[in-house]
Amino acid sequence: MPRKPRLAVFKFASCDGCQLSLLDAEDELLAICDRVEIAHFAEASSDLQPGPYDVALVEGSITTEEDAARIRRVRADSKFLMTIGACATAGGIQSLRNWGQIDEWVQSVYPSPEFIRTLATSSAIADHVLVDFALHGCPINHHQLVDILVALAEGRQPRVPSHSVCLDCKHRGTVCHVVARGIPCLGPVTQSGCGAICPAYDRGCYGCFGPSQPANTTSLVSQFRIHGHSPEKLVPLLRSFNAAAPEFQHASEQLVILRPSNEGCRS
Amino acid sequence: MVTPVSPIYFAKSQLQFLIDVLRHRGYSVVGPTVDQEAIVYSEIQSIDQLPQGWTDEQAPGHYRLKKRDDESLFGFVVGPHSWKKYLFPPKTTLLSAERTESGWQFITRSADTTKFALLGVRACELAAMRIQDQVFLDGPYQDPLYRERREQLFVIAVNCTQAASTCFCTSMKTGPRCEKGFDLALTEIDSGFLCEVGSERGREVLDVFVNLARRASEGTSVVSNTDNDNVISPSIDDATPEQLRLAENARQQAVAQITKHMETSDLPGLLLSNLDHPRWKDVGERCLSCTNCTMVCPTCFCSSVTEVRDLNMDRVERERTWDSCFNPDFSYLGGSLVRNDTASRYRQWLTHKLDGWHAQFGTSGCVGCGRCITWCPVGIDITEEVAAIREGASP
Repeated sequence: MPRKPRLAVFKFASCDGCQLSLLDAEDELLAICDRVEIAHFAEASSDLQPGPYDVALVEGSITTEEDAARIRRVRADSKFLMTIGACATAGGIQSLRNWGQIDEWVQSVYPSPEFIRTLATSSAIADHVLVDFALHGCPINHHQLVDILVALAEGRQPRVPSHSVCLDCKHRGTVCHVVARGIPCLGPVTQSGCGAICPAYDRGCYGCFGPSQPANTTSLVSQFRIHGHSPEKLVPLLRSFNAAAPEFQHASEQLVILRPSNEGCRS
Repeated sequence: MVTPVSPIYFAKSQLQFLIDVLRHRGYSVVGPTVDQEAIVYSEIQSIDQLPQGWTDEQAPGHYRLKKRDDESLFGFVVGPHSWKKYLFPPKTTLLSAERTESGWQFITRSADTTKFALLGVRACELAAMRIQDQVFLDGPYQDPLYRERREQLFVIAVNCTQAASTCFCTSMKTGPRCEKGFDLALTEIDSGFLCEVGSERGREVLDVFVNLARRASEGTSVVSNTDNDNVISPSIDDATPEQLRLAENARQQAVAQITKHMETSDLPGLLLSNLDHPRWKDVGERCLSCTNCTMVCPTCFCSSVTEVRDLNMDRVERERTWDSCFNPDFSYLGGSLVRNDTASRYRQWLTHKLDGWHAQFGTSGCVGCGRCITWCPVGIDITEEVAAIREGASP
């Protein structure tokens, strides 16, 4: 029987929610442990074994010099590196700092700003090292994570669709909010993964799973503008958990240009 | 062959008896109802669940539920749902297998015993059903689930008495008059319905319904408000010439309201001989590739089949789910995406729907219901795209 793949989980700037979803997979956890050896997972065990690892799950974004160096070491130690969640994949909600002045932020947030050493931006792991697979979501869908781990152990294709949320709404029979109510819903440009929860509960999609393939934000945002939605409303919609995902970032920056005054675009 | 019977007339409230008769015969009656700010199809038990006094306002990328100034039960057109979900469900388990000591045990799907009676099927939707019948039933490989449900299906059509700005059934020669493919067909007039019979099964149900309705209203009659004379007329009887005239006028109103047109004289042919037309790139820039048009289309039939198994590898299920040519992954073949940009996916959809479909099934894949126009979040209009391709087309 072949050796079980060695799995490591690493945390960068994040809330820990995505790592927790692995621990939350209670029904599957024992079966996963049969397939993979969990060698390094600080959230689950203090027995942290050194690399090399077959699979590294990376949560969080890069916000400090130290982390920028650490992710390179993780990459060097890992055969297959997968980002989990919006922070690692797109920079997370903390990438809102990318549109601000870091010194002002640090001064206003921390009582003793002299202790803070940070980068001016929050960036995705793929901006620093080669990423083999990106699992989207804020948080990720743990069923997808389990499927990928098992697929890796078995050497088959994981089942992670990249189509838009709309397909899931249609499977559920949810009526389109954009068309029937004129609500700005990011579903048509957001990747599937959540099962289209928000639209089923009378809200537009917030884009937690980041841009779909393709994400034609230009066309969708023009339609929202025709429906009368202002940039003041649309910029915050595009700038949430996946604010720095290229398609969402481009769309929000186009809208900022449209504003009568560019104030507010930096916060 | 059904011997023609002259249409009968019954009062609106009597429609409940028809639902009762069908439910008593084991049918799950599905009809239009208001939900999620739209008129959708769902199981109903009572005529109170029908969208009485509601209508729909439709335009490209736009749908609004609106109040009518009368109490019509079917005073709307078609909504976000199509009937295909009852014959070709969005998600189905086709087969499962379990690991046993003596090897894998395959478990075939048990026969589907769900009997649906669809209430309120429009002419374009009847045409869509005929098209899906060809897809799923003609040829050497029949879809068993579709066949089981289709054979049991009871169809109560309703003639449109109005049209949306997105309707173009007259161009596709599918409506608005319901001519075939139904068991019963209704036309709504102010006071009640005219009912035509389209099948033996329809006649049988109608006979039971008429007896039930007559017994219930025995000795009573209702005041007809079809004219100003307040004539006393029975609540169920052969339709009078005046009622026939009113029904014909109501149906003509739908024809008169249709403004959208799709020229079909050069279809098939036009699209497949203009594969490099600049319009494909243009629409590719507007299209979201979100799959909405294909999901709401009553004839689109694409699906994906995946093997889903539990973690211990003791059980595997073969699942079929609705899929779409607008999903990039759907064109994943031999290790790469065959159609890797939106323009090529839109072109694939339109050339198949309006052009290739003729060669494959002997008919167009479009019935002119207008759903793809209304439910496109950015309002792309199939008729405008075809017209634009025609302009500057290769001869």
